[in-house]
Amino acid sequence: MRTELVWKVGGQQGEGIDSTGIVFLNVCHSLGYHTFGYRHFMSRIKGGHTNYQVRVATRPVYAVGDQTDILIAFDQESIDYNFWELPSGAFVIADGFGAKLPEERGVTLAEVPLTKIASDLGNSLMKNMVAMGATCELTGLPVEPFEKFVERQFSRKGDEVVKANLEALEAGRKYVRERWGQQAHFKLEDSGSTSDGRLVIEGDYAAGMGALAAGCRFLSAYPITPASMIMEWLAVHFPKVGGVVIQAEDEIAALCMAIGANWAGARAMTSTSGPGYSLMQEAIGLSGLTETPVVIVDVQRAGPATGLPTKHEQGDLNEIIYGSHGDIPRIVIAPGTIEECFYALAEAFNLADKHQCPVIVAMDLYLGMSRGTTPEFDLDRVHIDRGALLSGADALAKVKGQFERFENTPSGISPRVLPGTAGFIHLTTGDEHQFDGRITEDPKIRKAIMDKRLRKIDEVDYPGLSVRGSLPADIVLVGFGATTGALWEAADRLNADGTRAAVVQMTRLWPFPAEELSAALDGAGSVLVVESNATAQLAHLIRSRIGGDLLPTLLKYDGDPIRPGEVEMRAKEVIADVSGARIA
Amino acid sequence: MSAALVSPKSFVSEERPTWCPGCGDYGVLQALQRAAAQLGLQPHEIAVVSGIGCSGKISSYFNAYGLHVLHGRSLPCAIGVKMANPNLTVIAAGGDGDGYGIGGNHFLNAIRRNINITYIVMDNQVYGLTKGQTSPTSAHGFKSTTSPAGSAENPMHPLRLALANGAGFIAQGFSADRAQLVDLMVKAIQHKGFSVVNTISPCVTFNKVNTYDWYRERLHNLDEDSSHDPSDRASAFAKVMEHGDLVRGLIYAEEGPSYDEFVPGYTTSAMADLVKPADRKLIDKLMAEYR
Repeated sequence: MRTELVWKVGGQQGEGIDSTGIVFLNVCHSLGYHTFGYRHFMSRIKGGHTNYQVRVATRPVYAVGDQTDILIAFDQESIDYNFWELPSGAFVIADGFGAKLPEERGVTLAEVPLTKIASDLGNSLMKNMVAMGATCELTGLPVEPFEKFVERQFSRKGDEVVKANLEALEAGRKYVRERWGQQAHFKLEDSGSTSDGRLVIEGDYAAGMGALAAGCRFLSAYPITPASMIMEWLAVHFPKVGGVVIQAEDEIAALCMAIGANWAGARAMTSTSGPGYSLMQEAIGLSGLTETPVVIVDVQRAGPATGLPTKHEQGDLNEIIYGSHGDIPRIVIAPGTIEECFYALAEAFNLADKHQCPVIVAMDLYLGMSRGTTPEFDLDRVHIDRGALLSGADALAKVKGQFERFENTPSGISPRVLPGTAGFIHLTTGDEHQFDGRITEDPKIRKAIMDKRLRKIDEVDYPGLSVRGSLPADIVLVGFGATTGALWEAADRLNADGTRAAVVQMTRLWPFPAEELSAALDGAGSVLVVESNATAQLAHLIRSRIGGDLLPTLLKYDGDPIRPGEVEMRAKEVIADVSGARIA
Repeated sequence: MSAALVSPKSFVSEERPTWCPGCGDYGVLQALQRAAAQLGLQPHEIAVVSGIGCSGKISSYFNAYGLHVLHGRSLPCAIGVKMANPNLTVIAAGGDGDGYGIGGNHFLNAIRRNINITYIVMDNQVYGLTKGQTSPTSAHGFKSTTSPAGSAENPMHPLRLALANGAGFIAQGFSADRAQLVDLMVKAIQHKGFSVVNTISPCVTFNKVNTYDWYRERLHNLDEDSSHDPSDRASAFAKVMEHGDLVRGLIYAEEGPSYDEFVPGYTTSAMADLVKPADRKLIDKLMAEYR
């Protein structure tokens, strides 16, 4: 009996591959398993290979699997594309297209005429349901949740459709049982739990829900993969709370609208990916200089330019940390799990309000589009802090007559009064200005107000790191974003092998938690920085902030997410050759 | 709080304008101050969102909440302001380079979005603050430091663009005719939806061709033209074509539903009042979709 199973379905885009994957994932979730689903797709609507990998386990999983145990292939391309990750003992269920395995490796080829069975039952589209039946049989999972899914999904279409799909499900089971019943060794241990208290959700949707919970009521954005799902989610749910989604003409407008809305008192945000983030650079400076809060989510994808628009990368880091001309205060936070997306967004709005500056939430495609089991979100962990925003007659009366919008306070944070308030008229300008807001070019004031703005982020109440494992360790794995899950898993395996491994997840990238990181790395046998880009942007950032040599790295920039096995292997190399620092 | 009586002076800020003596922008500023007073608005009820250039300085000189943004970006910022607080009267302002060059895309999309703001463009057919370069509305052949042999490009036709793209309120004013400009601004602010007032605002320093006199000789006053019907888009287009865009007065006005009427669940309360702890029942319901 297994405690884990990796299943994948592959075919041409447009033939229901994703929805098939999600059905299997949801069924496993409902049975109390932990799941993690990753969607591999191309930048086109119809055609082109696509696949959906579902990892199912009796313990929490946060990364794609290193290998695939069961592959459902609707075409030869799905076999050829994914064969490298099929270990000996894996099972390929191939539709009736005359499948061939590229080589003999102990992989079982099970030809199941999925489409033909479905057609014989009345509709070739039910081939996915036949595949579900075959999967059910191979994994030994109970059939009831699959049946329940069919009833729920198709009841609106009438009893006939439900009945036909149930038959398709049963036909798939029967076909596999009769031919490979004895060989089916993919039986999963009972999950030992239920799905109570858990959700199964994508990172982008969790982020959208976090924003809504934080009181965000305005999102202006331009559609872009892999961030559109945030916009689409809020477009559905904002009407319930008086919120608005505006589809802007470009990302410049998107950020400017969000800045305008924040200035007028809303909690407002924009969401984008690399190309859009690049267009936003000037307006990020506007938020910084005018001390107008704004939250920007960058769900990174593979660049540069249009790059690999449907593939994962973490190559925007430099731009997120340094982008926009001139010097501004900014805060950059980076959730690493689907659950963290919810809380990061909820807190981003507090940080923006408290520090009156842009807050960038660095996500990535792997995090935003992956669907996985996650604990329910806890509203007790969400609170609203609007910082120095003055409202109400008493608060306003105290400062009336002496109000300076950009007052030079010790913390640098100045009281804010919203437009529409009588008696507090002021100018907010993207030109350099005096403490009362009026434009100036006076060198002394320029220096003083620049210093004031920059010191606003001297103290930021958001954790810099999240450490898993005990320190000091033989090796410390460092990363951010969705890479975190692969690091945790690699560390678990190293620890099981007797190597003391720990993980440092960078949860705040700016202001950079230099002291905390130095302390965490102090005494480490070796350190490995793992990131999804070609030029070691995180490793360089670390060196620039804490000094020393460039740390050894594992860099992946082929568009696919980093897998736990890759981290484990590279970690062993680094441990074996502590001096083996590779510079990208 | 009882509303204080307002006069044009209520909208004069402490900041002294730095525009050149004779600049058309003075007339635009004064007209806007008079229009605001005529409408009985309080200074704190208005937000002036301006772009960059000589024209963009209007938010410094007009006494109201001012948001002076980036070159070309007054419209998207103003849209955010209005949607976040529909109780504010929002005026976006800028010049021809700001609005029709670098910000042109926002102009086109603001029109079709039809959010209830007023856009005042101070059009002088030249870049002033950067000292005399060719602008999107400069005439073909216009000589400047960036087109010493004369501009090879044809000018933008903002009025025709606005008409073609479906704007619900389009007017062109002349900063030298204060009374008409005030009237157009009042109507524009009262118009529900997006309103644009393109204002001929001569640059006395860098445009020696399109001078006050040049315009005076050519501008056809549509408000006194009995053959002009501002409720007829096609004939308004023909009028603008007939006079080569050199018209002043109300060009077209027809009120239709504005953007907010199509946003489900949109309320008229300021969004600042919607920032409160999340409704547990709602979040629970949202999570239920993922259980």
